[in-house]
Amino acid sequence: MAATEQTIEQVKSLAEGKYKYGFFTDIESETAPKGLSEDIVRFISAKKGEPEWLLEWRLKAYRHWLTMDEPDWAKLHYPPIDYQDSYYYSAPKTTAGPKSLDEVDPELLKTYEKLGIPLKEQAILAGVEGAGDSPSIAVDAVFDSVSVATTFKKKLEEKGIVFCSISEAVKTHPELVRQYLGTVVPYSDNYFATLNCAVFTDGSFVYIPKGVRCPMELSTYFRINAKNTGQFERTLIIADEGSYVSYLEGCTAPQRDENQLHAAVVELVALDDATIKYSTVQNWYPGDENGKGGIYNFVTKRAACRGRNSKVSWTQVETGSAITWKYPSCILQGDNSVGEFYSVAITNNMQQADTGTKMIHIGKNTRSTIISKGISAGKAQNTYRGLVRILPKAQNARNFTQCDSLLIGDKCGAHTVPYIESRNRTARVEHEATTAKISEDQLFYCRQRGLKEEDAVGLIVNGFCKEVLKELPMEFAVEAQKLVAISLEGSVG
Amino acid sequence: MSLIEIKNLHATVDGKAILKGVDLTINAGEVHAIMGPNGAGKSTLSYVLAGREGYEITEGSVTFDGQDLLSMEIEERAAAGLFLAFQYPVEIPGVSNTTFLKEALNAIRKTRGETPLDAMQFLKLIRAKAKDLSMNDEMIKRAVNVGFSGGEKKRNEALQMAVLQPKLAILDETDSGLDIDALKIVAEGVNRLRGPERGMLVITHYQRLLDYIVPDVVHVLANGRIVKSGGKELALELEAKGYAEFGVTEAA
Repeated sequence: MAATEQTIEQVKSLAEGKYKYGFFTDIESETAPKGLSEDIVRFISAKKGEPEWLLEWRLKAYRHWLTMDEPDWAKLHYPPIDYQDSYYYSAPKTTAGPKSLDEVDPELLKTYEKLGIPLKEQAILAGVEGAGDSPSIAVDAVFDSVSVATTFKKKLEEKGIVFCSISEAVKTHPELVRQYLGTVVPYSDNYFATLNCAVFTDGSFVYIPKGVRCPMELSTYFRINAKNTGQFERTLIIADEGSYVSYLEGCTAPQRDENQLHAAVVELVALDDATIKYSTVQNWYPGDENGKGGIYNFVTKRAACRGRNSKVSWTQVETGSAITWKYPSCILQGDNSVGEFYSVAITNNMQQADTGTKMIHIGKNTRSTIISKGISAGKAQNTYRGLVRILPKAQNARNFTQCDSLLIGDKCGAHTVPYIESRNRTARVEHEATTAKISEDQLFYCRQRGLKEEDAVGLIVNGFCKEVLKELPMEFAVEAQKLVAISLEGSVG
Repeated sequence: MSLIEIKNLHATVDGKAILKGVDLTINAGEVHAIMGPNGAGKSTLSYVLAGREGYEITEGSVTFDGQDLLSMEIEERAAAGLFLAFQYPVEIPGVSNTTFLKEALNAIRKTRGETPLDAMQFLKLIRAKAKDLSMNDEMIKRAVNVGFSGGEKKRNEALQMAVLQPKLAILDETDSGLDIDALKIVAEGVNRLRGPERGMLVITHYQRLLDYIVPDVVHVLANGRIVKSGGKELALELEAKGYAEFGVTEAA
């Protein structure tokens, strides 16, 4: 009938949507030979001038990884990954860290420009010499694997905040890195995280001292740029007692044909009364409408709410990647600690996402909230997979979960796989789930008021995601709204 | 010149003929009412004019403001100045009334080659129009029609109409689900829009609405055709006699 025809048309036009950020920046890479071995692990470590303990840790992880099997429980289908057919290290030519943005490769700055990075951030990047009066964002740009531009470090240093690349932190704050690295996601955690431990190249490090409220949003832009280079970012954020930090991570990648492996690890540690807000906008190349190319995104993100009254809030807007395997989680160890997960996952064309969260309630009066919005279009498959586990000592633990799925067209799929385990009688766990389609009535209504079909879809989907998008910091919210519309842009037109 | 000229319009739904030769001309400045029994094709006529998918036009033509209406996309018709006030306004969760209407107005302005209104200009406009309809700020911030009572939804339709300022407003059973107070507010809103440049087509089952929106011409639609036309007194006559003389019997 009419509805079917309409959805078919939508699917068609969805498929015609072209990735807007497809371009390639030509920066000569210094690349390790292809493949993975102990030698490569040693090469990476040597390249970065790491201490012995870190090399040993990498090797331990590598040897463990060899004994592991790639997980296959997710609702994801992709050809076997040949781990020997990838490069594990590539760095932009400029080896010494630039002293100012003037020294940053102009090609790189152009790349950011093309990405439309962004409005405010651009101004800050440009304004490094002059402006920077009341900066609200600091950018630690990760280009390929090495951080090349770090801004506002000084301003942060005044407060005792450390915000730098993790390689740098290994040199300048070895005691902190050694104390916390691998304590939230241990080297043996899972196949992809273990691989990351062995070959991670760079990432961000943040330390917020006791009682300090970080005066600006900390922001990192990840870009995958060198051809065929796996990306193994490693991020570690520590919020000491009574501190607060909001961290933004955003990514887009240039278009290419070969699948690219990305296995990042993010560890967050919140001590007593500390709060960490971690926001992600992920827009890596999703592959073309036939499923050719696109990023494989296997991410392990986990937060330890170690302290009493600590809080971690994950917000993610996932629109890119061919394969997404990602479960930002909270271990609610401290009494009264709070975990939140707000997620928008959009899959289009042949994209597949298996994403959700784990909330592990250990301490008393721990609370968690999960709001997940999955949008599926084209022939995409979108799965919410979430675990809520209440351990015996978690008196009065509370969880509320809401999973909403929206389908556009009739060839896509939405799946909800909640795991709930409660071992404490006083706990209360709530789960709500809905699945809906954008109705013909809604589209007709919007169009009768003058909106083009694609704009109507953008508006309806943004409305559907509102509860999550409003959790994003202002700086990100506008960009995210645009991204939601862009991701479904082909969606109709 | 006529604002809209419908000639011998035939339409089918799933192969079933609903409109069987409708002829109707509305000039700018006129308010026409279409009355008729259930199933006569009243709502179908409004949907066909608005361009809703699922209706097949098998014969006839519609000229709107000099253009061939039937060849236009839904949103092109809206931009050309055709507005349909829905019998059952649709809910759009998470999208505020203000955002929705601003996007709609600016999309129409863009199509017409006019500059879009910025947030402040728009807010000023919508607040003024909302006030006319006794709608407060809270109501224009709420998600489109979500949690609105029947009366609020219809007022919201009137608000949209007031903001979009169409050339031809089609009101599809605007009185359904309204108590008398709400009916008066909505009718006042509609009457405020009456003017020499604008035409209106008021579709209703009952005469009651026409006490408040007094039409220039009343038509009776039965079995997919306009079977009788007359002045406003025709509505009263129908109220008294029902639709029996048109071969339709039903409880009023």
